[in-house]
Amino acid sequence: MIAAVVLSAGELILLVTLAPAVVGYVRWLKARLQGRRGADIFQPYRELRKTFAKGMVIADTASWIFHVVPWVVAGSTVAAAALVPVVSANHPTDLLGDLFALMALLILGTIFLSLGGLDPGTAFGGMGSSREMTVAALTEPTLAIAVLALALTAGSTSLGVIAGTVLANPSYAIGPGHALALAAFLIAMLAETGRLPIDNPATHLELTMIHEAMILEYSGPYLALVEWAAALKLTLLLALAANLFIPWGIATTSTPGALAIGLLALLVKLSLLATLLAVLETRVAKLRLFRVPELLAMSFTLALLAAASSFFTR
Amino acid sequence: MPHAVFMVIGALLAGAVFALAWPSPAGARRLSLGFVLLACIGALIFGLDALLTGMLWTWRSDELLRPIGGVALRVDPLAAFFVVIVAVTGIPASLYGFGYLQALDARPRGRAMHALLSGFVAGMYLVPLADNAATFLFAWELMAVSSYLLIVSAPDQEGAAAAGVWYAVMTHGGFLALLVAFVMLAQGGPLEFDAMRGTALALPSHVQAAVVVLTIAAFGSKAGLVPLHVWLPRAHPAAPSHVSALMSAAMVKLGVYGAIRVLIDFMPPLPPAWGGAVLVLGVVTALTGVLYSVAEAHLKRVLAYSTIENVGLVFVALGFALLMRGYGYGALAAMGLIVALLHTLNHAVFKTLLFLAAGAIVHGTHESSLEALGGLIKRMPHTAILCLVGVLSLAAVPPLNGFTSEWLTFQLLIAGARFTAPTLAIMLPLALAAVALVAGLAAVSAVRLFGIAFLALPRSTNASEAREAPATMRWAMAIPAAMCVVLGLVPTTALTRLTAVTSDLGLPMGQLDVGFALELPLVGSRLSPAGIALLVAATAIAAAVASRVGRRWRTRVDSAWNCGRIAQSPRAEYTAAAFAEPLKRVFTGFYRPTQEVTVDVHPVSPYFVRAMTLRADFAPWIEQAMYGPLIRAAHRLSSHTGRLHTGSIHWYLALLPVALVLLLLVARWVQ
Amino acid sequence: MRLFTKIFRTGIVTEPLADEPQGSAIVLAREIDERARALFGRALAIRQVDAGSCNGCELEIAGLAGPVYDMERFGLHFVASPRHADMLLVTGPVTRNMAVPLRKTYDATPDPKLVVAVGDCARTCGVFAGSYAVAGPVESIVPVDAHIDGCPPEPSDILRGILTALGRVERTGEGR
Repeated sequence: MIAAVVLSAGELILLVTLAPAVVGYVRWLKARLQGRRGADIFQPYRELRKTFAKGMVIADTASWIFHVVPWVVAGSTVAAAALVPVVSANHPTDLLGDLFALMALLILGTIFLSLGGLDPGTAFGGMGSSREMTVAALTEPTLAIAVLALALTAGSTSLGVIAGTVLANPSYAIGPGHALALAAFLIAMLAETGRLPIDNPATHLELTMIHEAMILEYSGPYLALVEWAAALKLTLLLALAANLFIPWGIATTSTPGALAIGLLALLVKLSLLATLLAVLETRVAKLRLFRVPELLAMSFTLALLAAASSFFTR
Repeated sequence: MPHAVFMVIGALLAGAVFALAWPSPAGARRLSLGFVLLACIGALIFGLDALLTGMLWTWRSDELLRPIGGVALRVDPLAAFFVVIVAVTGIPASLYGFGYLQALDARPRGRAMHALLSGFVAGMYLVPLADNAATFLFAWELMAVSSYLLIVSAPDQEGAAAAGVWYAVMTHGGFLALLVAFVMLAQGGPLEFDAMRGTALALPSHVQAAVVVLTIAAFGSKAGLVPLHVWLPRAHPAAPSHVSALMSAAMVKLGVYGAIRVLIDFMPPLPPAWGGAVLVLGVVTALTGVLYSVAEAHLKRVLAYSTIENVGLVFVALGFALLMRGYGYGALAAMGLIVALLHTLNHAVFKTLLFLAAGAIVHGTHESSLEALGGLIKRMPHTAILCLVGVLSLAAVPPLNGFTSEWLTFQLLIAGARFTAPTLAIMLPLALAAVALVAGLAAVSAVRLFGIAFLALPRSTNASEAREAPATMRWAMAIPAAMCVVLGLVPTTALTRLTAVTSDLGLPMGQLDVGFALELPLVGSRLSPAGIALLVAATAIAAAVASRVGRRWRTRVDSAWNCGRIAQSPRAEYTAAAFAEPLKRVFTGFYRPTQEVTVDVHPVSPYFVRAMTLRADFAPWIEQAMYGPLIRAAHRLSSHTGRLHTGSIHWYLALLPVALVLLLLVARWVQ
Repeated sequence: MRLFTKIFRTGIVTEPLADEPQGSAIVLAREIDERARALFGRALAIRQVDAGSCNGCELEIAGLAGPVYDMERFGLHFVASPRHADMLLVTGPVTRNMAVPLRKTYDATPDPKLVVAVGDCARTCGVFAGSYAVAGPVESIVPVDAHIDGCPPEPSDILRGILTALGRVERTGEGR
């Protein structure tokens, strides 16, 4: 038990430290695809180090909520990351919560970030909060049904069990239910993490922003925390997609060899998914805000088909 | 212990008497509310004791209410649970009244209001305890009439009279439906509930169908099921806030109680179609409620619509229980019922808190529209933090109590989809999606409520001069806030008691918890809210320590960044309407928004605009389509009837014998 | 697919930074704090402020983020809010309307921070000097750390100027 807890703490630390590199990798690859040299994948670490060391400017209109937000956002995202099986499927945090708990923790972060956007009373902050909450609300049904599709085959919503079931029955992974659920989950993930085509993480135009508009008021260490949490959210969702839908390679025993293979498999899967993300972001343009629901409706339909098909295949 | 029931009723009676008879108005207020508070504390102790011991107790008197069949009371776990719900709401509501109603001391109607409150609370305690139709209907009507009078008690409140009419019509329609349902259930036998449990087993199917429809209509009209919800968003804002809290958190729940009592306790397992219908009704109600709650600007109406939403969620779980009971899956049905009851409790707790907070806002600012609020967190810090707890519960995020019920609802629907007939293959996933959407939209509504009312800059002078609520009001809000946290962190405390309720209704359920964690045997999922809370807190604190260690943060205060604007003004802030605008566009078909732009131009040239106004609204088309024809017909009928009223005494005297003859003829025909 | 074929054929077009300035002078207006230099060495967020420029400098600045000059390779990037910024890149003579906003932008930027004035106008008001609409050069409103001359300066010079302010050009020679 102690070993399992230590292992899972190690996995959490791995995910938290890996997160900026994932963002850095996506940025680097996008730069290459745009014909630029770009910064190397460790650039986000330098930026975080710099931002942590800078001073802060707090708006005079802000209340204590503004100071609480970064901690809650960081805390809830790290807690969500703690629930994700990273290199090993035997995960003691399965005892704490399941996929729905993970989703709810992410929503907790989103809610506080939105409150932080509203708190200083600027126009853009409110705009960002309104949009972020709208997109988050419309993503919920898709995620719920994708979870349902997984739970129907696995018989549980707990993350370790789902990964274990797919490992034990590889035929599930190529079934229509699984593939459709993965597609739906990936689209919902783009919306949750504010990537193209829903939100442009590199935009500088306030009127097109969603996530960025909420954090325009944050500076210094607070900004660093929020940025780190955003990177971690992306990484944990990628790791989740990797280990729930394509769990091969994940360690089922706690021997060092299995763990090393699990780590390697995780890195390969993460870089594959991140590559996919970068290629996609090069290919598509940002959607108008009011066309986003159409995309989400599409992913919802995919998820619903996934759930329905799992009735026919069982 | 059973005599506690009489002590509770006696205390409430004393409350009413003191309210009317005590010489000084302030003393009358304190004594009367004090007795209500005592009665609620007593009821809480009694209810919890009855739940823990699983006590069954009956009492009857043929002397009281003799003409309609005598009084019969019965305590079983289900009744005790709803007594607890009323008590849990009543304690903070009556404590709140001490400070909240101070301004009424100078008005003559203050005394009447305190007396009516006692009557209202007494009615709500008697409804779950009633054991025959007469007692039930008497208590139901006591509750309805006193709450009606409380709604119209603030005549200066805009729309109070109209709200009263809507409420009176809906609640009495429900009363009639209930009366007919009881008569049909009794099949000519005595109108005792015990007898009905027997006759319900042998009802012909068409009578059974009629009883089910009437029951759902009657209790649905009280609980606010769409399309019978129309009175709710009108009545809740019109009533004083402590009464709104009681209505929303307790009275509406008695509709749920009635539905469970008749559909599960009296009736044998119903055909699954009924369960499916209730589930669909619940989904529609939840969606309608949450969509309106996101778009509404009136503080208390936002909460009223959110009550409709939550009642919808309760009915989703209840419909699921009926469905599974119809299919014969006892454990799943029990789980559905447990989730319905738990959510009833959770909603009662956080909605009490939110209505009391809304009352504190109105009390402190004299504004009830979100568009006129803002920045209250600085002027009303305690109310703000208490309201934040309620808002987070409403948004169903861990580790507060709203999340537990949401999580259980999700698990419930997944379990149903796994174990039951393929005919449900699409229905339950769709219901799950709808519940998830409702949860997401509820989060939007919650953020909007708190963010617009408490954060940013005040949008009106009233808001910028807000006063913090008096101590009694804050303490009254602290009670449900603490319960939100406790029920959120250790939901097992409530859940284990609920298994007693379901087993008493013939739906036993196995162990649901492992220590502090929930474990569902049917889906193999675990949730430990306390563990999650610990994890979030630990990581947040660890991050705080790690990033503070060894360096001092240099913090400077500056004006908010508004792209270099000279001065920040609340006019640039996002408003409540703007916050909901993206959703209004996404759900255009539902809201059917209307927009009206008027431009005031300078007479010299149309290019010099002096003022522009935009009016944006949305059409309550469901309501218009359903009730428009009814209202028009009622108008026509009354204008026809009005013609008879000529004012001539001879004409009225002539009508009398006509009416007598007609009545005699009718009586003869009936016999 | 055609897009990716094109990407593949084009390859990386980023040009190395020339050794010598292309014709504009880069003047350090004051000694830059070593701590700030160390901090911003390889990660710098820039907020661009147009204080009344003719947009000539903006055209050149827009080139910085493109593939040819690619400022991201040096760890520089533009941000949307002065709260996120480490450096203000100010262009143009400061007009009366922009004087207060520029000052507010400077105040809104967390410390430590740098200000780089781009273009002749930012230093001397250029052809706009003496106009009733001009409040003065950038220096008269906010403290400037470095000037980049030119009307307009070339993107490579702007890049070089920023790197000089950071103390990176002398130290790393070619820039990377």
